[in-house]
Amino acid sequence: MRKKLLALEEHFFKLLMQLSIALIVLVLSLIVFSIFYRGLPALTWEMISQTPKGGYYFGKEGGVLNAIVGSLYLALGATLLALIMGLPVAMLMNIHLRKFKRLVNSIRFLLDLLWGIPSIVYGAFGFSVMIVLGVKTSLLAGIITVALFILPIMIRAIDEVLKNVPVGLLEASMSLGSNKSQTSFMVYIRQCSSAIVTAIMISFGRAIGDAASVLFTTGYTDSIPTSLTQPTATLPLSIFFQLSSPIREVQNRAYASAAILTFIILFISVLARVLSNKYNKNKIS
Amino acid sequence: MEYKISIQNLNLSIGKNKILKDINLNIPKNQVTVILGPSGCGKTTLLKCLNRLIDLEENVNISGNIFLDGEDILHTKSDLPGIRKKMGLLSQRPYPLPMNIYDNIAYGLRINGLHNKHLICESVENHLKQVSLWDEVKDRLKEPASRLSIGQQQRLCLARGLAVEPEIILADEPTSALDPLSSTAIEKKFIELKQDYTLVMVTHILRQARRIADYVVFMYLGEIVEHGTADEFFNHPKQEQTKAYLQGTFN
Repeated sequence: MRKKLLALEEHFFKLLMQLSIALIVLVLSLIVFSIFYRGLPALTWEMISQTPKGGYYFGKEGGVLNAIVGSLYLALGATLLALIMGLPVAMLMNIHLRKFKRLVNSIRFLLDLLWGIPSIVYGAFGFSVMIVLGVKTSLLAGIITVALFILPIMIRAIDEVLKNVPVGLLEASMSLGSNKSQTSFMVYIRQCSSAIVTAIMISFGRAIGDAASVLFTTGYTDSIPTSLTQPTATLPLSIFFQLSSPIREVQNRAYASAAILTFIILFISVLARVLSNKYNKNKIS
Repeated sequence: MEYKISIQNLNLSIGKNKILKDINLNIPKNQVTVILGPSGCGKTTLLKCLNRLIDLEENVNISGNIFLDGEDILHTKSDLPGIRKKMGLLSQRPYPLPMNIYDNIAYGLRINGLHNKHLICESVENHLKQVSLWDEVKDRLKEPASRLSIGQQQRLCLARGLAVEPEIILADEPTSALDPLSSTAIEKKFIELKQDYTLVMVTHILRQARRIADYVVFMYLGEIVEHGTADEFFNHPKQEQTKAYLQGTFN
């Protein structure tokens, strides 16, 4: 009887898992399908090689090169900034502050809170700081705001891996006479390089895909920015503006832009896989 | 007998647990000192006090003194890396650094300020030869150290420790993860090494202690029950607990 019950339980949960996997795959493929179904026919070479011309938003000639380049600038800048700030924080939490578990756990809790804050709040925060400082919408303001927005994600993603590095490795490195910073940046960084690459890619994906935080801070323009102080177009906003148009052709271009964004993220993910496999070979288990 | 390390009235507690109680011990120079005892008696903690890795633990309360060649190493705040560098560490299971075999040894040299490629190369070769690993790895120095067998990894860790020119080698059950052949290799190495180094080894294997110990310390529940030269300890133990432990009737 008991055996039968256990088998039934096993069967039930297995079914539940399969169901949820099917659901996730279904939703994902629906999204991808709808983007490609409407977007791919509208995706021309012109779309990715030209900036919007005069009548672009009424269905005339032009493309979204401004948004593609703008998004890449913004996401690269923000990811770099977040990495420069986030990596040392994650190292500090796991190596220098090892002894203060309570403190570190409260930092983790705060970071998780920050992770949960909607990006529009970061946008509004960035915007209010910009007003105080008298700064106009610009690429730099956008980079800083988005960097703040992805920073908790970056730190926690790296932290989660550093947490599981065996303490024996720390002891081994320290007993050779290295200090904590050398241990961080010469030993731990190699042990976790693949995870750090993954963290960078997750953060990059968030940065390039977010519309709300750049709405007030980066602004929008039809030209490609040539300096950090100029407003910059981004793909999510470009999609938003085109989708708001009543003209069918422009709406289709929004889908095409979404397809471009999807391709960029896909490319980044594949790159992450390749890179993390490459850096994984020295890792000790 | 000349002493390398002198431990005086060492008490250590983590939170409310007393781990070490009134440890007084002199560790002789250029000999193999073996710390014996059942699991959880504070052997590893004592070892960690010597190279100050205990600093990495939480809620540690420590009192007493440890002198290395007459110099206080327990309370000084300066130059911890310098103190640790003097004591090579061999842990229960080998933790090679996440680099290739060559860099595993070169790392310690580089962080200690050696940048001459030629000298590093020479030192790597010498120390790999010193632990009899050179012939096994000379053609694969650029391979990740994690691909070596556990026994090879442990010898690599020993070589890595020796490369930074320590004075003492601390070993925490260094053979517990190894096969008998690799264990014997490590033990043989230890006996050779005592010419130039002071060795302190923690073990719970009685027969291993008999094979290589010059000086034996027997610990139980955070206290030193008995210590003496290997001959005294194994052949004429004074304490009842020691006798029981040696006969295997200890509980």
